[in-house]
Amino acid sequence: MPVTDATRIDRVPVRQRLAWREALVVASVAESASARTLVLGIDGWDEHCAGQHLDVRLTAPDGYRATRSYSLSSGPGEVPQITVERVVDGEVSPFLVDEIEVGESFEVRGPIGGYFVWEPSDAPLVLIGGGSGLAPLRSIWRAAADHPPPVVIGASARSVDRLIYGDELQSLGATVQLTREAASGYRAGRIDRAVLDDLLACAESEVDTTDAVVFVCGPTNFVEHVATLLRAAGVRPDAMRLERFG
Amino acid sequence: MATRGFQGRARTSDGRVPPGQHVTDDFPVLTAGPTEFVETSEWELTVTDGIVTSTFDWDRLHELPMESITTDIHCVTHWSKFETRWRGVPIEALFDAADVGDFDYALVSSYGGYTTNLPVTDLIDRDAMVAVEFDGAPLEAEHGGPARLLVPHLYLWKSAKWLSGIRLGDDEDQGFWEAAGYHNYGDPWSEQRYASD
Repeated sequence: MPVTDATRIDRVPVRQRLAWREALVVASVAESASARTLVLGIDGWDEHCAGQHLDVRLTAPDGYRATRSYSLSSGPGEVPQITVERVVDGEVSPFLVDEIEVGESFEVRGPIGGYFVWEPSDAPLVLIGGGSGLAPLRSIWRAAADHPPPVVIGASARSVDRLIYGDELQSLGATVQLTREAASGYRAGRIDRAVLDDLLACAESEVDTTDAVVFVCGPTNFVEHVATLLRAAGVRPDAMRLERFG
Repeated sequence: MATRGFQGRARTSDGRVPPGQHVTDDFPVLTAGPTEFVETSEWELTVTDGIVTSTFDWDRLHELPMESITTDIHCVTHWSKFETRWRGVPIEALFDAADVGDFDYALVSSYGGYTTNLPVTDLIDRDAMVAVEFDGAPLEAEHGGPARLLVPHLYLWKSAKWLSGIRLGDDEDQGFWEAAGYHNYGDPWSEQRYASD
């Protein structure tokens, strides 16, 4: 197998110095039974690229610190937002989902990341997210709202009460799969080859090309599963952007 | 600046966790692209210094001396995993067998196109190896099998999965994440995550 040239992949370098700065919680939105979006006030915030993340740092009274990365779920021109899913027995996510209140603050640095990033182009766009993996994809579909390429969205969640951005997904005509529950208006089961074939056909039917760019984000098993199916469906590895959550 | 109301987990005070990291018992998968599936019958590793080029197939790799190590590993995405067990060929033995010259820098490449750069001293003076086993079993594809680079003292993006090539030279060319703004060296204890750290 020949070694391909990784420099083909477009990347956005991290240019500015990544200093920690204060992020004030200015609003919060419950997105599901286990996730909420924090709307952040950050002095001197610049536009981010759709798909980038923030590093979040929490500091205890004795100086102990915990750091995690969270995808930005807001569009590039919007006030920065992160959507956090509560991880059972987690250290940082329960604090961000259940405890921190509007008017309180923590530290962040970023935006960060140059790989899982959508750069405006005319290529058809397919976004496939599992669980809170929809967070960076929301940033991308909002960024792509004014662009001509069709944006096709596939979402997967365990159940209706665990689905984030349900109304927005519906208005965008997303295909939503529920893996652990049957409910009207949703498809049952995992995303499989037939679902992917439909999504790809949908993206490519409106333009005279087959070079859709596919972004996949979610838990590791979900991303591995979808990426394997995409390869079998003929999507080139360099046309995929994958982001796995632990 | 303390974060009001945040207490955090029980403290680990034995100095084993680098700054900004937390310990996990899982083995998360972090890869830029899709998992590569390379059969051992197809797998080859090419080592070159621009003058001498040696290719190792699976059998030739297994003729080299192997070592087992137990080590902590640290991913730039903030998780660390303790006492992971690996078996493989130390890079020094690989370079001896390849008969390559003495150069300062290495650019490592993977099946699928991934690259990363390291100083050669970090490959031969510490515990770096071409790893073929994890936890007593053949290394799984999603963790870089059949063979990956393992450089346990640096952030794990330096430990290229699906290892296919090591190119030595006088100059340091940047790899995939390094060119994308991640730190050129990646020492977890100095928290060298991004280029400006």
